[in-house]
Amino acid sequence: MTGDAGKLSCAEFQAQLAELISAGEDAAAHPHLASCELCRALLSDLETIAEAARQLFPSEEPPEEVWEHIESAIRREEAGGVDSGVTPPHR
Amino acid sequence: MPDPPSPAQVQSRNRTIQSPNGPATTVPNRSFAPTNPTSPIDADVLARAQAGDHHAFAQLYSLHKRRIYSLCLRMVGNIAEAEDLTQEAFLQLHRKIATFRGDSAFSTWLHRLAINVVLMQLRKKGLSLVSLDEAMEPGPDEGPSRSFGAADLALTGAIDRLTLERAVADLPAGYRLIFILHDVEGFEHNEIAAMLDCSIGNSKSQLHKARLKLRDALRNQKRQEARS
Repeated sequence: MTGDAGKLSCAEFQAQLAELISAGEDAAAHPHLASCELCRALLSDLETIAEAARQLFPSEEPPEEVWEHIESAIRREEAGGVDSGVTPPHR
Repeated sequence: MPDPPSPAQVQSRNRTIQSPNGPATTVPNRSFAPTNPTSPIDADVLARAQAGDHHAFAQLYSLHKRRIYSLCLRMVGNIAEAEDLTQEAFLQLHRKIATFRGDSAFSTWLHRLAINVVLMQLRKKGLSLVSLDEAMEPGPDEGPSRSFGAADLALTGAIDRLTLERAVADLPAGYRLIFILHDVEGFEHNEIAAMLDCSIGNSKSQLHKARLKLRDALRNQKRQEARS
């Protein structure tokens, strides 16, 4: 690292990028980006991916059967492995 | 033992709970907001569940089932497997709950337990992944490339959700786990570090590598589309 942020090489800038982004700093304002199209594109892509991630894999409720299986298994365990007659998990 | 209520009954019962010292408190239904570890409701329910109260355990299930199931589903991408893993995670919770000493937030502890269940399953499926340590250190062939290539392949505009979901599913398990915990579920690095027993710096570094890896995958996809 040179001490002059604007004169960092791409490798030096990219080595700092994880920390810059996670620290909540405005990485886009970094002097290196003023003259580096590739690193600007990189940062933009990473921000786009992080933004898009919020829309991925909507959270879902497990079906009611999952609790029924848990409850059955707990009863069997508490009965010392003796089936209490409750329907066990089918898988 | 008395029959515990079903989680649906618990959920209905707990939508609004009158605090003895204040106004009614509503338990959030959303799973994305991390459960407040200091919530007096959660703490009380937890203490009773630790003492063997089955109703309280059903309440804990109701409070945390959505997040745990969603995490399992996001990690394995298969509904039946995610149901089994959720079941196993809560069974382990039932066996181990008395050992929880409050050194970390309960939700963090529960997530760590569930993550171990998921990783165990991935190992059973033959993936070369046997521990959290290995999950956090993908092999050299699994890391992102160092070349950032041409700027004209920049991922401008909205990324197709299904394409990105497929790319996430193809990530090495360790990267996938960090990416899902941080970028999808919204956990902070300090929480992830506690869940995975790694440093905060490691969590940040792995997340960055996961995003770079996703970028590689999306750019490759774009390159292929441009060729066809």
